[in-house]
Amino acid sequence: MAKKVFERPKYLKKSVFHYCPGCGHSIIHRLVAELLDELDIGKKAICVPPAGCAVLAYNYLDVDMGEAPHGRGAAVATGLKRTLPDKIVFTYQGDGDIAAIGTAETIHAANRGENITVIFVNNGVYGMTGGQMAPTTLEGQNSTTTPGGRDPARDGSPLDLSQMLAIAKGSVYIERTAVNSPKNIRRTKRAIKKAFKVQMAGLGFSLVEVLSPCPTNWKMTPVDAAKWVEEHVTKIFPLKVIKDKAGKVT
Amino acid sequence: MIGEAAVRAGCRFYAGYPITPQNELTEYMANAMAPLEDGTFVQAESELAAINMVIGASMAGARAMTSSSSPGISLKQEGISYLAAQELPAVIINTMRGGPGLGNIAPSQGDYFQATRGGGHGDYRTIVLAPASGQELANLTMTAFDYADNYRTPVMILGDGMMGQMMEPVTFPDPVDLQKLSPKPWKLDGADGRPSRVILSLLLDTAKEEEHNWKLARKYETIAREIARADTYMTQDAHLVVIAYGTAARIAKGAIKRVREIGLKVGLFRPVTLWPFPQRAILELSRFVKDFLVFEMSTGQMLEDVKLSLEGRSRVHFYGRPGGIISTPDEIAKVINSLYHRQRLELEEE
Ligand code: SF4
Repeated sequence: MAKKVFERPKYLKKSVFHYCPGCGHSIIHRLVAELLDELDIGKKAICVPPAGCAVLAYNYLDVDMGEAPHGRGAAVATGLKRTLPDKIVFTYQGDGDIAAIGTAETIHAANRGENITVIFVNNGVYGMTGGQMAPTTLEGQNSTTTPGGRDPARDGSPLDLSQMLAIAKGSVYIERTAVNSPKNIRRTKRAIKKAFKVQMAGLGFSLVEVLSPCPTNWKMTPVDAAKWVEEHVTKIFPLKVIKDKAGKVT
Repeated sequence: MIGEAAVRAGCRFYAGYPITPQNELTEYMANAMAPLEDGTFVQAESELAAINMVIGASMAGARAMTSSSSPGISLKQEGISYLAAQELPAVIINTMRGGPGLGNIAPSQGDYFQATRGGGHGDYRTIVLAPASGQELANLTMTAFDYADNYRTPVMILGDGMMGQMMEPVTFPDPVDLQKLSPKPWKLDGADGRPSRVILSLLLDTAKEEEHNWKLARKYETIAREIARADTYMTQDAHLVVIAYGTAARIAKGAIKRVREIGLKVGLFRPVTLWPFPQRAILELSRFVKDFLVFEMSTGQMLEDVKLSLEGRSRVHFYGRPGGIISTPDEIAKVINSLYHRQRLELEEE
């Protein structure tokens, strides 16, 4: 059977991505859009976009969108999902949004076992505001607010939020993936698919942390940025299923 | 009282965080929502989370409410700004206590500025209702949900701890039929057979933000025209009118009853909506009244609105007790007495 290899997913609007070349957001948006179609949930999906580079996600994803204040995605999603339990509610958040200003909202949503899905894009930097240190910035990594690189004694160490969320009883499925290679992209798609399925089955809180390059603020070429993810970021944030209480979901 | 009225008004989502003196309401809502199939109660991890849950529920079309007391309301201001910007209905109850900072848990009116001037960041207003009796509290709670839906804007009920303790018989209005409420063609419930919807407040294009600001301003003008409301008591023949709201108005009314017994012609003007402020009605009174006494349980906040309303046409005096002190009617009667006699003396001299 002939297969179209490249086609605009149904749930991607016809606008051109504003993201920088080599940025992971475009890939992740595309994966989400494909899955909304493949799982046939686009019609009942409500997305909560963040503040940050992906704040403009509503220009791309063709589903209902309710913008949350910085960091409050999980709380807004809680209100949406509790009111409309039959809909598919997911947040799309960056590392600063979810692991700094929105830590409390996220941990407690996971702990309550809110039946929502979180797409957590970790690029180790505040992208939109110009490259300041994020909670996930690696030790020694440069940022505009860590002269000489992140110094643990001064700036603290990278925070592994996914690991923390796994401790919460209400979280069901948490996986960390990356979008720096075709293989990892496929793995990311599988992970997000499972996360949505966990929600569809009403099992509880699901989250996929996606390690994503930010060539612009890392001041690297897209190729080097992809390599940096492989060689440095995955050493501190290893790719793995961090928690899976769901097992096989159909 | 608010809880029962809210449920009757069709409130089906409540999120809150413990803070004195308003925990009874949170506890009431927990128990009231539990048996309702479409009701949700969430004890949130913070005031911030609570107001943001309300944002989500409101986006989904629910009649949603949160409540707190002064320090907690400060935290909610972020969300209230977003509700205003995103034109989302919601009801917020502030049971004011002494402040600033942690202050104390006694009744106060120190949050008037915060409530009526927007409170959070940006160019917006919040409808603010100030009940003065149990019955009015029940009625205005129902009204608050209607205003919120009709104007797509957050509505705050500004009360204090005294109100919760009032033991007055209340007749609750009949519950609304949720099916009969106007549909919300903007809500988010999945783009099934219709174009997808976006509820946002980010307007990077300055022209668009300006347009949005003017759109909100026009809405606020309409609100000001349509709902500004005040209650008066014995103002027809009054030489002196006390202006007070909420608990302070009750105390003032007691004082006025006492001075009326000894023949002083004093009345009460009680704003029911603090924003929009019933300016026109005050200006109207200034045609006959030379002296106004503003009484607040603060160092003087509504005072500014009274002065603005009067445009310098009458004299404005002030008496305030901040910090959670509850004046007695006798105390206010004394203040009225001395002002009143000073005015009469002046008239005789003229
Ligand atoms: S700044 Fe970084 S995260 Fe933002 S769009 Fe550019 S590459 Fe992507």
